[in-house]
Amino acid sequence: MTWQTYLPYLLVMALVTYLIRMLPLTLMRRQIRNRFIRSFLKYVPYAVLSAMTIPDIFYSTGYTAGVPDGLITAAVGFAAAVVAAWKGKDLLTVAIVACVAVALVQGILLMI
Amino acid sequence: MKKLSFRDGLRHGVPIGLGYLSVAFAFGIQAVALGLEPVQALLISMTNVTSAGQLAGISLMAAGASLMEMALTQLTINLRYALMSLSLSQKMDESMQTLQRMIFSFCNTDEIFAVAASQEGRLGKHYLYGLMIIPWIGWSLGTILGAAAGTLLPEFFRTALGIAIYGMFLAVIIPPSRKQKPVRVVVILAAVISVILKYTPGLRNIPSGYAIILCAVAASTVGALLFPVADEEEEGKEA
Repeated sequence: MTWQTYLPYLLVMALVTYLIRMLPLTLMRRQIRNRFIRSFLKYVPYAVLSAMTIPDIFYSTGYTAGVPDGLITAAVGFAAAVVAAWKGKDLLTVAIVACVAVALVQGILLMI
Repeated sequence: MKKLSFRDGLRHGVPIGLGYLSVAFAFGIQAVALGLEPVQALLISMTNVTSAGQLAGISLMAAGASLMEMALTQLTINLRYALMSLSLSQKMDESMQTLQRMIFSFCNTDEIFAVAASQEGRLGKHYLYGLMIIPWIGWSLGTILGAAAGTLLPEFFRTALGIAIYGMFLAVIIPPSRKQKPVRVVVILAAVISVILKYTPGLRNIPSGYAIILCAVAASTVGALLFPVADEEEEGKEA
């Protein structure tokens, strides 16, 4: 990507992300009282991560890049990650479990 | 109660840093696959320090999105940090003046927030600075390693690593979904809306950044209307 295209994007990303973190921490020293806003803000992170994961996770192991078994391996990786997360494993473990599950299924599919 | 030191912060940052190393590795691979230079991927990680926002960011870059879409997407995806910063601002001691708060803000990620919020008592600058260093190094180092070595890695491993970042997202949303019905409802609702937006003719032409905004605002609004949070004390403990 050319730097002329890249730099404005980088600047916007970094600046917006930083201001979101910095402004509340430095300016607001009191708790928000409005119940609706507090509730809304509580649910936002879960909604964002859920919408980013579903359905994109199923295309994360190369299906759109031309790996025909991508949907199958991703589905197994997804299932493995859900089980590991359900059991309360930490971030690193769940990420590794998903990758290992995908690798295993890829290996099995290569052999048959 | 013993005051948490710089060393305590460093120690608490190690597992976060290790987790970031692997997830950032996957991010680096993905960034290069989308057409970014390794150094460009590294600069994003060094200045943003956020998985979900960066992932959406490089997709928007590759798609040639407008700067407004980029700004709105980052705002929505990262809005949760505002809540975390608000919550942490209540837990800081007098050593955290405006300048110190401005420095720490830079690294207030989901995981650093979770660790900091779960400590007892008020937190000082030494502990918080210690806490942010190793995750930041892990995140930056993992990115450049993934971006530089990713192309050397056989496709077999690259495709397997592509799912890592989503595994981390699931690790953040599933445990609270299991314990709290409101979170479960919001998570499922957001996923359903996301699927509808992705596959319905007409709707699927909505740029992905805006689609995430729609999902998040719709699901969180329904969640807030159906399940308003209890009093502020309880909310503080839960966060």
